Amino acid sequence: MSSGLIGKKVGMTSVFDDEGNNIACTVIEAGPNVVTQVKEEDGADGYAAVQLGFDTKKEKNTTKAMQGHFTHAGADPKRVVKEFRDFHETFDDEVRLGDVLHVEDVFVEGEIVDVVGVSKGKGFQGVMKRHGFGGVGMATHGQSDRQRAPGSVGASADPSRVFKGTRMGGRTGGERTKIQNLEVVRILPDQNAILIKGSVPGPKSGYVEIYRKKALE
Amino acid sequence: MSVIEATQLQDDRPDFDAGDTVNVHLRVVEGDKERIQQFEGVCLGRRGSGPNETFTVRKISGGIGVERIFPVHSPRIAKIEVKRRGKVRRSKLFFLRDRSGKSARIKERMRELE
Repeated sequence: MSSGLIGKKVGMTSVFDDEGNNIACTVIEAGPNVVTQVKEEDGADGYAAVQLGFDTKKEKNTTKAMQGHFTHAGADPKRVVKEFRDFHETFDDEVRLGDVLHVEDVFVEGEIVDVVGVSKGKGFQGVMKRHGFGGVGMATHGQSDRQRAPGSVGASADPSRVFKGTRMGGRTGGERTKIQNLEVVRILPDQNAILIKGSVPGPKSGYVEIYRKKALE
Repeated sequence: MSVIEATQLQDDRPDFDAGDTVNVHLRVVEGDKERIQQFEGVCLGRRGSGPNETFTVRKISGGIGVERIFPVHSPRIAKIEVKRRGKVRRSKLFFLRDRSGKSARIKERMRELE
């Protein structure tokens, strides 16, 4: 893992680059993130990590335990709290408890990032959408109900059962998903916004984590 | 969101619509040189909105109909010149594709509508 920020997906749009190419990108409101805890390798936790908090939350909706945690960092209650392991491997400056990180502090335009989010829930889906199966039959020639079928799930007398893990229909989406190697197209410090090339998991106003890939030279 | 989209718009685009004859000045990069290429023809219509708005231009080149679709706010377009205002009764002039010669002419709009 590495340094990064927590953000909120705003939506998608397109921008023109310097050569005039129209690039589809996702707008993410990233930050300001507050450092709510710093864990150290040789400390009580035994590993290095930085915990960040994002988006305000009412005090009455925060448990007393979490209120104490935020007060310790000198911050308002935050809706999302995420831990970034080995933050300092890809972040040069020292990060202290209570520091506020903005988009422009962590990312630069043109760098490559990974984005993690919870994908949109699709409900109970068949095998074609869920696993990319091709379906079985044709529309005509006397066939019915076979166009989106999963095909055979087992053999005959041997093994006379269906193997565990056989791909079938079921709940789809709503999973933690990481999209790797997306380019940072633009950073807008005034709006706390970052534009990332391509799409990102999750619905609008869903929370996402943006990870830096490697330290800058 | 709207702030980002607003930065993408070019404000020097003239007001034109379907039926107008336009001359599009296109920046073309060849190797390390940049030159302007012109494309003149009838605008068949505009579609989309905001930074994604595009328009279609049709011309007859060497007896063959050529259509190009341009994003209105593309920075590759140096200039759009409106040569002639056409008098048309619909927003998309796709019927021009089936016509040639005399029937493909468009009357000039005499007085400005707005």
